[in-house]
Amino acid sequence: MSDELAIETISISKIYGSGNTEVVAMRDASVQVRRGEVIALLGPSGSGKSTFLTAVGLINPPTSGQVRIGGTLVMDGPRAAVNLRSFRRRHIGYVFQKSNLIPFLSAIENVQIAMELNGMTSRAARTRAAELLDELGVGDRLDHSTAMLSGGQQQRVAVARALANHPSVILADEPTAALDSHRGRQVMELFRNVAREHGAGVIVVTHDQRTLEVFDAIYEMEDGVIHQQKRKVESATVPERG
Amino acid sequence: MNLAIKDIRHNLGRFILTVLGIGMLLMIVMGMAGIYRGLLEDATLLINRIDADLWIVQKDTRGPFAEVSRVPKSLVYRVEAVPGIQSSREFVYHTIQRQHNGKPIRMSVLGLSWPVDKGEWLPLISGRALRQNHFEIVADKTLGLQLGERIPLGKETYTVVGITSGMVSSGGDGMAFTTIQDSQAIQFDSSGESVRLERAARDSRGQENELFLSQPALTEQLARPTAELPGVTPPPLSAVIAKVAPGADPLQVEKIISSWGDVSVFSRHGQEELLVQGMVDKAKRQLGMFRVLLTIIAAIIMALILYTLTLDKIHSIALLKLIGAQNHVILGLILQQALLLGGLGYGIAWAVGQKLFPHFPRRVVLTNDDLIQLAVIVCVISVLSSLLGIWKAMRVNPNDALMG
Repeated sequence: MSDELAIETISISKIYGSGNTEVVAMRDASVQVRRGEVIALLGPSGSGKSTFLTAVGLINPPTSGQVRIGGTLVMDGPRAAVNLRSFRRRHIGYVFQKSNLIPFLSAIENVQIAMELNGMTSRAARTRAAELLDELGVGDRLDHSTAMLSGGQQQRVAVARALANHPSVILADEPTAALDSHRGRQVMELFRNVAREHGAGVIVVTHDQRTLEVFDAIYEMEDGVIHQQKRKVESATVPERG
Repeated sequence: MNLAIKDIRHNLGRFILTVLGIGMLLMIVMGMAGIYRGLLEDATLLINRIDADLWIVQKDTRGPFAEVSRVPKSLVYRVEAVPGIQSSREFVYHTIQRQHNGKPIRMSVLGLSWPVDKGEWLPLISGRALRQNHFEIVADKTLGLQLGERIPLGKETYTVVGITSGMVSSGGDGMAFTTIQDSQAIQFDSSGESVRLERAARDSRGQENELFLSQPALTEQLARPTAELPGVTPPPLSAVIAKVAPGADPLQVEKIISSWGDVSVFSRHGQEELLVQGMVDKAKRQLGMFRVLLTIIAAIIMALILYTLTLDKIHSIALLKLIGAQNHVILGLILQQALLLGGLGYGIAWAVGQKLFPHFPRRVVLTNDDLIQLAVIVCVISVLSSLLGIWKAMRVNPNDALMG
């Protein structure tokens, strides 16, 4: 693990509306994730986890504060300091609770497209996509349409896509929710390996107690505020989703 | 990876049905242009086939195709005597409708200047040209007559000795060709009763005339057939057509004949212009209006379909944006589908049209110019119709991918 920061948020806040209708979704959230580190973000529904994740994922800009990825300032308040779409393509991998696959592409094509968008040739992208899917246990479903995959298989395809471009940041929202314990652990270990091998910072929103031991740190969020931080997890009590 | 093709394969049934619908619509647009070209070709076909340099018609009329024109038979010889004229001949043309085998048959009858013109220039697909002065007829295949079939017209029965192809009048009626004499016999045929009544009327008028009262023998003359009466002119011609001699100035020849007080003269081009402007122009405008309307309807339908296809893909588009797809990838996805929709629809329109148009009652002529013009229009409406979908896609927020 490096001391270099993969992700750093400095007092980011997100406020919707104004005046009487003002809603503070996230307030002064400051988190640091080092390269090679995997952290968990816990909290009840509506606590602001998704707002935080989408702010770090550069798809929902914060109202104030700064987001730095790999030492580069990417968001300064609501203002983008880089080309966000290009930055997302190159540096960020996403895995969401509900599988987010493109229905008109097969399993392998869903992974392949992420690499092709990043400039990789079709052949090379297909080879790597096949390797990733095989590694995640869906190597026998490469050309299946997404509708023919189970929830768990779809989730593994989404994980493979997130890993495809060797991102420096991986953001995952309940990535193991649809997986059995073995696969869930496998995915988390995969995240940890990617984090270690490629120096990526990984933020996982999870409730899966079976996998908590893989995290290097746990952040808890409530009412838009990150108020608890644990490092070196041994056992943790995970609050139930409200 | 071509996302447009992948998406089409995923929704293949719907895409095929849409392409078929657009194709049928474009086929109608294509057919409209073809019908207009057919009208134009039919209208000028006879003039082109007859290949006369000058058309001499009744004074202040627009010729035999536009209105009734009557000129005396002697005009043929007057025209022939004009310096610079190589040859001149009679032109008799009229449209009739008769019952044949219990069905109405409508034909435009053209008289051939026997024996100079036996109809060798006709595009025969079977049989032969005329070989005798009377009772033979060459008919176009659109009339549905068979070779050797006998058809009664007027007081005579004519035998079909030849079948032509593509010889229709500007009104779309199939043409039939006889000698001038037969053509006039058909045109001026009167029933026995009307002949008897005419003779009685003539006799009655004679009884009141001093000349006939003083010379009763003349009264007997009035009872003779009309064609034998010296005081009655032979049946008129529709026009006289003439060829200008090589080296002669057609304008000069035209000027000489135009100076006569009883006729009007048109060049071949002038006669064509009259036909196109007079008879075809309204049809052209009518068909043009339909083409424009159908093209607009096709564009609206395509826009709606592409917009719906885009709405179905909103989540995928948001996801593509989330994983960093550039705008041109999204734009290409929609635009390629629009162009494929238009292109395949055009192909279907052409292919189905090739099979269907020959069965239309009027000729449908597809010219390369019209096909290219429609292809360009289809490209333009494909691009325009995709704008709504593109606009929607460009407004999609990557955040929407998280909405499930």
